[in-house]
Amino acid sequence: MTAPVLEVEGLVKHFDVSRQVKVHAVNGVSFSIREGETLGVVGESGSGKSTIGRSVIRLLAPTGGTIRFRGRDITNLPESACRPLRAEMQMVFQDPWSALNPRIRIGDLIAEPLKLHTKLSAAERRDRVEALAIRVRLTPELLTRYPAELSGGQLQRVCIARAIATSPKLIVLDEPTSSLDLSVRAGILDLLAELKAETGAAMMFISHDLGTVKLISDRILVLYLGSVVEYAPTAQVFADAAHPYSQALMSAHLPADPDAVLKRHVLQGEIPSPINLPPGCHFASRCPVAVPRCRTETPPLDPVAGDAAHQAACLRITEGANRIPALEDAHG
Amino acid sequence: MTLLRVEDLHTHFIARNLDNEIQVAKALNGVSFSLDAGRILGLVGETGAGKSLTATSIMGLLRPPARIMGGRALFQGQDLLAMPDDDLNALRGRDIALVVQSPKSSLDPLSRIGDQLIRIRRAHRGGSVAEARDKAIAMLGSLGIPDPARRMRAWPHELSGGMAQRVLIALALMNEPQLLIADEPTTGLDVTVQAQILDLLRDLVRRTGIGAMIITHDLGVVAHYCDEMAVMYAGAIVESGPVRQVFRRPTHPYTVNLIGATPERLRLGATRTVGGPPPNLRALPPGCPYQDRCPQAGADCTTIPPDVALGEGHVARCHRVAA
Repeated sequence: MTAPVLEVEGLVKHFDVSRQVKVHAVNGVSFSIREGETLGVVGESGSGKSTIGRSVIRLLAPTGGTIRFRGRDITNLPESACRPLRAEMQMVFQDPWSALNPRIRIGDLIAEPLKLHTKLSAAERRDRVEALAIRVRLTPELLTRYPAELSGGQLQRVCIARAIATSPKLIVLDEPTSSLDLSVRAGILDLLAELKAETGAAMMFISHDLGTVKLISDRILVLYLGSVVEYAPTAQVFADAAHPYSQALMSAHLPADPDAVLKRHVLQGEIPSPINLPPGCHFASRCPVAVPRCRTETPPLDPVAGDAAHQAACLRITEGANRIPALEDAHG
Repeated sequence: MTLLRVEDLHTHFIARNLDNEIQVAKALNGVSFSLDAGRILGLVGETGAGKSLTATSIMGLLRPPARIMGGRALFQGQDLLAMPDDDLNALRGRDIALVVQSPKSSLDPLSRIGDQLIRIRRAHRGGSVAEARDKAIAMLGSLGIPDPARRMRAWPHELSGGMAQRVLIALALMNEPQLLIADEPTTGLDVTVQAQILDLLRDLVRRTGIGAMIITHDLGVVAHYCDEMAVMYAGAIVESGPVRQVFRRPTHPYTVNLIGATPERLRLGATRTVGGPPPNLRALPPGCPYQDRCPQAGADCTTIPPDVALGEGHVARCHRVAA
């Protein structure tokens, strides 16, 4: 087994709204990503997905917990020490239109990380930029254009070229395909899968689109209100989710196949505010199998049925009462 | 019974560019489809295909530089496109309701949601405020909004996205419409909330027998909630039919590509024609709009392809399809 590229333990991130009011965005999240592994991070809006992504590459300073990158503790590293590290950890954002400076040509945008992090000469840089453009399947003619002249899919390829320019060991992808049309998305996913095989970089793939996550991830981290509710290999989460929330989330996913049978678990109510988090299990207010102690005790993230690779945080699993009732297949 | 029949609808955007030359963007190029009462039609396509424009054209909500160049939209036999504005105003919001995208920006931010519901009821059906209020409370309750009487006093900014979407659907349903058009009704909502909203819509259609059209780019929504589907590309419907037939046997090369790009069918690393930017509506080629990208295009594709019937209402508009 290869050593983890990224190890996160008990990550906490709170945002202060005012002196009294705090948003509890991330509340004690632990996970690791090995070389060549892709971790899918799923959850609904407000679950802390993006905050975790930004924290692990230290775009945000964590409130608590530890982040180790290639064995080195970077949790409280000052910004000046983080900068050289970013050659090895890169990020791709959801909206390529606002991620790229509209007044810089594509070629110079791709050259930017090379200027910051390498000592290549101008000529070497030019060659490298061209090679990167070809790698992400952009025609070199586009290098002299401005971002406004490119389509969304092309711009996202530019962002990916920038991210891989310095051969990083970790790439955080925050909803990289969410703003793209289906046929364009397919091309980007292809590219990511190729890069993963080729570079062996660890990837963190943040998305609310379960179909895409299923396609590209090796393991999945399911978040609810800033806590991990389940952490397991991809196939296991989709086939046999243990946590009631994961069950509901997976069942709400609509595969683009009218013959797929839906096992529907409909949740009542809406996600509580991360400002006033309820005590105990955060999901208890919407959980169909919650019992009184769920509202007082915080469930630990424990192996499910003794399987260390499959972890879930639910008090009712050991009692065998974690299955939430399914509606009959509603369509057809 | 056919509730809505759209025939050969053409909408163009006509404007002058900076050099004062007239530019025509052909946004809708002969859209035809029909919708029966008690059925849900899914209109799918990618950015710029003309999905929303089809809805706004039918509803008479276009503003210059958009202009309808031809076609008919028959709602219960009356042509909406030829109707005087007053008649159309009486119909819209009463017999035909539109649920638009982005619920939070579609509610009046300065009125309590109860007042908005009461207003739309009384504008079309008259009656007393008390009657309209009872109706509104019942409607909010039937859409799964807890404590509806108290929610009537809420302001739009106090609602979550899912709640705002429900209120918008409640507004659309206040006058018991015959036809409901929902434009991306769940885009931007979380999946668990999306499922609740779509269940509501489907139950409503099944229960009351109204017709509904869902405009979406999400093939998962179409696969599980629609009866029929129509696939749009460059302002034309390239393929339509019962959902299961189209998914089992996608026939137009664009549909084949689109369905092949869904995560369920996608095989990473397989060779495929990569999707590109939306087609340039100002310079569409003559004939089939998909010819530039189509792997099977031939010389005959420069003429307008025929609608080929494939059985059970399944139709594809392509020269390459032999029935």
